Amino acid sequence: MTQPMLEAETLSVAYGRVEAVRGVSLTVAPGRLVTVLGANGAGKTTLLNALMGVLPARGRILFEGRDLTRLPIEARVAQGLSLIPERRELFATMSVEDNLKLGAFRFRHTARGKDGGGDLGEMYRLFPRLAERRRQQAGTLSGGERQMLAMARALMGRPRLLMLDEPSLGLAPLIVAEVMRMVARLRDEGVAILLVEQNARAALQIADHGYVLDGGSVVLQGDSRTLQGDARVVETYLGSLSVDEALPGRTASGR
Amino acid sequence: MDATILLLLLQDGVVNGAIYALIALSLVLVFTVTRVILIPQGEFVAYGALTLASLEAGTLPGTVPLLLGLGGLAFLADCAEARHSLDGRTLLRLGLRDLVLPALVAAAAWILAPMKPGLLIEILVTLAIVTPMGGFLYAVAFRPLAHASVLVLLIASVGVHLALTGLGLVFFGAEGSRTPPLSEASFPAGPLLVSGQSLWMIGLTLAIIVALWLFFSRTLLGKALIATAVNRLGARLMGIAPSLAGRLSVSVAAFIGALSGVLIAPLTTVYYDTGFLIGLKGFVAAIIAGLASYPAAAAAAILVGIIESIASFEASAFKEVIVFMAIIPVLLWRSLRSAPIEDEE
Amino acid sequence: MPTRLLAGLGALLIVALPVLPGVPPFWLTLLTYAGLSAIVVTGLVVLTGVAGITSFGQAMFVGLSAYATALLTTQGGLSPWLSLPVALLLSAGAAWIVGAITLRLSGHYLPLGTIAWNISFFYVLGNTDALGRYDGLTGLPPITILGHPILGGGEALLLTWGFLGVCLWLTHRLLRSRTGRAIRALKGGVVAAESFGVDTARVKIVAFVYAALLAALSGWLYAHIQRAINPTPFGINAGIEYLLMAVIGGAGAIGGGVFGAVLVTVLKDQLQNVLPLVFGAQGNFEAIVFGILLVLMLQRAPDGLWPLIVRRSVAAPPARGPAAQPLASRPAASPGTMLLEAASLRKTFGGLVAVNDIGFTVAAGEVVALIGPNGAGKSTTFNLVTGVARLSAGAVRLAGRDVTGLPARRIARLGCARTFQHVKLVAGMSVIENVALGAHLRGSAGPVRGALGLDAAEEAALFAEADRQLARVGLSACRDLPAGGLALGQQRIVEIARALCLGPQLLLLDEPAAGLRHQEKQALGDLLRRLRQEGLGILLVEHDMDFVMGLADRLVVMNFGAKLCEGAPATVRRDPAVIEAYLGSAA
Repeated sequence: MTQPMLEAETLSVAYGRVEAVRGVSLTVAPGRLVTVLGANGAGKTTLLNALMGVLPARGRILFEGRDLTRLPIEARVAQGLSLIPERRELFATMSVEDNLKLGAFRFRHTARGKDGGGDLGEMYRLFPRLAERRRQQAGTLSGGERQMLAMARALMGRPRLLMLDEPSLGLAPLIVAEVMRMVARLRDEGVAILLVEQNARAALQIADHGYVLDGGSVVLQGDSRTLQGDARVVETYLGSLSVDEALPGRTASGR
Repeated sequence: MDATILLLLLQDGVVNGAIYALIALSLVLVFTVTRVILIPQGEFVAYGALTLASLEAGTLPGTVPLLLGLGGLAFLADCAEARHSLDGRTLLRLGLRDLVLPALVAAAAWILAPMKPGLLIEILVTLAIVTPMGGFLYAVAFRPLAHASVLVLLIASVGVHLALTGLGLVFFGAEGSRTPPLSEASFPAGPLLVSGQSLWMIGLTLAIIVALWLFFSRTLLGKALIATAVNRLGARLMGIAPSLAGRLSVSVAAFIGALSGVLIAPLTTVYYDTGFLIGLKGFVAAIIAGLASYPAAAAAAILVGIIESIASFEASAFKEVIVFMAIIPVLLWRSLRSAPIEDEE
Repeated sequence: MPTRLLAGLGALLIVALPVLPGVPPFWLTLLTYAGLSAIVVTGLVVLTGVAGITSFGQAMFVGLSAYATALLTTQGGLSPWLSLPVALLLSAGAAWIVGAITLRLSGHYLPLGTIAWNISFFYVLGNTDALGRYDGLTGLPPITILGHPILGGGEALLLTWGFLGVCLWLTHRLLRSRTGRAIRALKGGVVAAESFGVDTARVKIVAFVYAALLAALSGWLYAHIQRAINPTPFGINAGIEYLLMAVIGGAGAIGGGVFGAVLVTVLKDQLQNVLPLVFGAQGNFEAIVFGILLVLMLQRAPDGLWPLIVRRSVAAPPARGPAAQPLASRPAASPGTMLLEAASLRKTFGGLVAVNDIGFTVAAGEVVALIGPNGAGKSTTFNLVTGVARLSAGAVRLAGRDVTGLPARRIARLGCARTFQHVKLVAGMSVIENVALGAHLRGSAGPVRGALGLDAAEEAALFAEADRQLARVGLSACRDLPAGGLALGQQRIVEIARALCLGPQLLLLDEPAAGLRHQEKQALGDLLRRLRQEGLGILLVEHDMDFVMGLADRLVVMNFGAKLCEGAPATVRRDPAVIEAYLGSAA
């Protein structure tokens, strides 16, 4: 087995006395796409925020063997971690191009940081919509374009592990498919990915491995193929009462 | 009041307003980037004026030991901040920035001061002494409170103001100082006589505004500051540390403050506590602009300067009162059109 | 050490000092000044520590009152006792005007405004002939008690601390009263307080005026003890020092203010002796120490020193007890009465449509659930109905009355209570007081009745009701604990008890089951079924399908801001569009 890239050991996060994540352990191997599933309030977003250092956590976080647990966000960015948060956190009043350039801020002392090097052009090739809107303020973009910009901005920092928090949120199905294709392609190019999704089917289809969170703990994990067939995954989303009815529904929607 | 007097007052108002504009701009910058309402901005003004006056007199300015002391404190604060990733390289970098740089500036001041090297060199030395203080103060006083509310930061800011004013008294004494003007020349313009000094003031103000605009629109570092102001978390996720942005913005404020001090020192006698009132007038302008818009702050500052100059002609004893009362209609107007009840984050 | 014991010991010490032999008169004077400051700082505790608003300008209200009483007694020939109410009214009026202008704006405008106004005030005093310019006014009469003039020394100390004692008692009463709970509720978020009918803008002004009244009392005492005044003690530095006292002592507790006032007064005196020797010159060098102290305190001990001395605890809420007269309650609507009608709701943010043409109804005795995936617009819809967000288009009717565009606190008056997705309780306040806040609209006692303790009957009724609702949701055991100490699930239930305290016909619950464990969810479901049986109409926004399916009579499913379908759970559950929205399409 290859050395894991990211290793979280018994991670716990508390808001005051309320524990939102309880003793979660998970690993991401280099170049793999791992997804974290779970109902609302299961602790998925909290988990990502803790891994990125947005929230303080107990436990241990190792990235390529280095202990990150007490490092601030910026230091984790410097190590090659990147998070696209649920709210995207774009610079709304700045132009698309400035948003992208700031994505390469961590390279500002090198030649690449100058004008994003060749990466800026690469992003415009990857996301032609952004090239059309390069002078437009980020806040005026549509939901799908914002997600594109958030991804492109993160990629400008050349992350080695990219964490995405519900990239499909508020996007029309067609765009969800496109985003998922893009995520899968990044994995194929060697970027390790940790994907939090509510769109379980889409996520499991591209993931190598999955974890299911409930009440802040991992209740299920395994190969994504195994999880796809697991009734408990369906239960997490549609409720136990509806499992029987949901399964035929699944057939109806194209299986 | 006849037309000539009015013109004269307007000219005065614009010149003073230029200084308030510089101060208001730096206040808006620091507030949007760090959420700190920088009350001690006025102290940078006083320090700039008094440091230059000391150098003019051929003595080592009191701000030099203060700079060294603040640098030492900032070094300790930086080490504490970086304690989880403190290695030799980091230590060297912090030492260079917090200890060696102030020492070099101090050495330069110590060598140059007795030589009376002329106004230009003296101004440069003054700026070199005061500017780094901004970053040091941020590291020592404000960074540990980075997660506190605007209100707590404001109270801390008042604390810094108290301490710096007291230290100003210690290092410069209670006597005021005045420096020679940047230019003795004057030019007739209609009924008015425009002094070279006032041209310098307006010219430098415009130059600073252009420089700030270039910094924000052309450099990645400038954009990083705006990004921090627009979305702090977003900026952090790009690797832009709030402490970097904070340090930089308060240093810019200190630089602008010191320069303002250099510019007003020939016009009025500056005492260790003069800066507070000057700074507050910058505040009035910044508040009128809602602590958000740079052009609005600059325009409001000119207005404040004009109100002050007319008020000092009409009712000189109450000029401060009249200037400060100018914020009432603005606050009232803002209050009436304020958004419905929302939780502050 | 318990607060009560400390207060007793302090009182004993103050009473004993003047009669103890060998106490230097200087210390009596110093403690008199400390007491005068403590009165002002007590107001700041209410303002800063409790309401979360800050003023650097309390010295202005002290000065306003001091100059008013000086003029009235020296030139008007009034007795100090007659000038006191005038001085109080003047400061209160000034505070009301300042507050009305600035308190609706975000938090930093008031402190900034007070800096500017205090400086202006100082210049006005120093430049007005009638006020004696910088020399001030002299020859003020002393305060007389039963014909006996109070001329400094031990008598002034006792008088000052006697007044301070009264102020502390009034403040203590005020903070426990109905108005006090509303002031304390500001810390739990303005939206939550407004949703229970609290006019938060007015409550802030009440706190500000109260602080100004205490400052005015201190100014009146100061003027007649000192018997000569000048502008210096009413400048901005004095205003900053009052705030320093509150921060050092601890603005969260009444005792902290007094402690800070004594500490800073003594410290200042010592520093003024020592520092000029250190620096070899005269000047107010203590500012350096005060400034550094202020920053260090905020960095190291933001709650002040008081909590380090006193056991940190929540002030005990009123004991359980029967009410002589229970609160009047709203008659339950007869089953089937239309309670909520939302028609064609629409909300746009900039160019983005967050909610598009949503309509639904809730009748008495039914549970309607609004469901949909994340980002579907459920919470926005909820905020549109409750008056927290403004509608772009559409209409909302409550019990047949058009409430479109009404603010949250007006909607609360019509019998509509809610809970919050992100729990909004006042963490430091006891559970029962949090619940009692829900009954805010069912009481009427104002700040004066509260401070004077004339609200006992109403308070008993409010707390009896709060106890009843807390028992109803099964959390009586947690009654006296601080709300912040409960588990998330329990906090959600406390929010429901608070909502029930309003005596609602319609209950709106925003994700009540999120973060709850299995058994807690079952208990919540049982409770909601009981409430439905009693005739309440319930609208809930929920993500947990399992929970909703077994509970709701009707479901409204949203996706992308629009209504996907509506109907009974069994129908909705089989809808392929719903399944796709939740599980995602197989891309």
